[in-house]
Amino acid sequence: MLSYTIRRILMAIPTLWVALTMIFILVRVIPGDPTTAVMGDYVTEKSMAVLKQQMGLDRPILEQYGLYLFNFVRGDFGNSLITGLPVIKELKNALPHTLELTFFGLLLGTVTGIPLGILLALKRNTFWDYAGRFLSLAGLSFPSFYIAVLLILFFSMKMDLLPVMGVGNAGNFWDRMHHLILPSLTLGLLMMSYLTRMTRSTMLDVLGSDYIRTAHAKGLKKIKVILKHALKNASVSIVTVLGIYAGILIGSSVMTEIIFNRPGLGSLIVGSMLNRDYITITSIMTVYAAIVILINLLTDLSYGLIDPRIRYE
Amino acid sequence: MNSDTRKKIVRTFVQNKAALVGLALSLIVVLTCLAAPYLPLPDPVNQTLSKRFKSPSLEHPLGTDNFGRDVLSRVIWGGRVSMVVGVLSVLIAMGLGTIIGLITGYKGGYIDNLTMRVVDVLMCFPTLILGILFMAALGSGMTSLIIAIGISIAPRFARLCRGAVMTVRQNDFVEAARSMGMSDTRIMFRHILPNVLGDVIVMGALWVGAIIITEASLSFIGLGVPPPTPSWGRMVREGLDFMGHAYWVSVYSGGAIFVTVIGFNLFGDGLRDILDPKLRR
Repeated sequence: MLSYTIRRILMAIPTLWVALTMIFILVRVIPGDPTTAVMGDYVTEKSMAVLKQQMGLDRPILEQYGLYLFNFVRGDFGNSLITGLPVIKELKNALPHTLELTFFGLLLGTVTGIPLGILLALKRNTFWDYAGRFLSLAGLSFPSFYIAVLLILFFSMKMDLLPVMGVGNAGNFWDRMHHLILPSLTLGLLMMSYLTRMTRSTMLDVLGSDYIRTAHAKGLKKIKVILKHALKNASVSIVTVLGIYAGILIGSSVMTEIIFNRPGLGSLIVGSMLNRDYITITSIMTVYAAIVILINLLTDLSYGLIDPRIRYE
Repeated sequence: MNSDTRKKIVRTFVQNKAALVGLALSLIVVLTCLAAPYLPLPDPVNQTLSKRFKSPSLEHPLGTDNFGRDVLSRVIWGGRVSMVVGVLSVLIAMGLGTIIGLITGYKGGYIDNLTMRVVDVLMCFPTLILGILFMAALGSGMTSLIIAIGISIAPRFARLCRGAVMTVRQNDFVEAARSMGMSDTRIMFRHILPNVLGDVIVMGALWVGAIIITEASLSFIGLGVPPPTPSWGRMVREGLDFMGHAYWVSVYSGGAIFVTVIGFNLFGDGLRDILDPKLRR
């Protein structure tokens, strides 16, 4: 397992490098001079040149690229063009909010979606199966921000139970959790829909195999066949899907953060997009890429845990 | 495709009730949006401040918004933006992805390796984030919206198409075409493309819904089609500010997104079930 883990970690490094290179290129492609964005259209040549020098934009492109990679490794993302503060500071403030939200959304979706998917597979072609399939497809057809709107309307405005805005008092754990319920419910419902569908179809594949029939035939208890024989073999596919959708969920968290006014990465990237703060945009993209690559790495590692054959390939 | 297979496909489709409902829903939405100029609707843009925040009534079935504009009319007109963006973006993604997938899947070698590494990395980013970035690069407006979403999704089509091409490439008829001295371009477009097009079209149908959601999300953030042109995402956003006393603006425009997307999703799902017998259960 150790050599497998090391191999996978080493394989993630080139991916991260390609991601960094692409972010560098994409942000350079964006038209509009960053300096004009900071100083407005009415700016003298001289002050623009000074700013360009400060930002390192007057150097050869390859040198800029090298510096960008070097600074990334050092964990230095530069200063925000708008606030002038180090971007790393803003990231440190924003990241926990996004991770917290995504984690609880993922958790909620997993603990509901996987059992539901198994149930639907067992009740195949009954009323419950059709209803469950329709509801999970409906869940996928809701834009995340619309789920949020409906939740706010019901739980905050009609019932007056849960807060709409913000993240709550940082020092008070229960207040923070209270503010987290609706946003994570938004993401959780999406995740549940994805997982229910995928678990159902994977379980159906596995339940049709010969060894399941054998297990039934030798008189094992139904619950044991389902959990030990079927679910264990379906879990590689389920984990794959979990990894893919965790990435998608981070995208949906952008919308959720904006609606619930949570100061996470999503709010930060949209704010810097509207202000044309290129340095912050680059850094946030980098963080997103790093998170998704990390998720892929964890998915790969859990394959090794679930299915020992994979370790030796 | 001979007429027998075609008949069989049509029959399977008709038997799939969910797919039929999806087709009907999508058709109703598309036709209503297309017919918008001919329907007896109030102007979607004109403001009548005396009629602000009227709740749903016979005159205004879905109520009016903060400028006294009819919400039903704005929902129908706003749908035109979503339809155009949804369909054209999918076509761009399909076109771009298919060409990349054809070339990399057929040629293999280092072109394939390099392109797929880039595709993998692009697929790392959430579609919405990529969309935001491309919108910033291209500036606002409908054309940039279509191109931004199309490019963001193209890598997924490239991946799918490459995989399909690599399977088709193994067939004897490709070898035969090559031994007859056909050019690579001719083999790719005349012999391989028709065999992978089915997969690509199914994926396209499955993505229309997701793209409509992406477009709505971008216009919700404020990166969509600029006002006063109505669009669903922005209407939900605008309605959010006065949810307390006029819930209908957000709820009905968001509902329009939901109905449209579920229509396309049911249809796409049905299409996949028909063309992929392995999944037909």
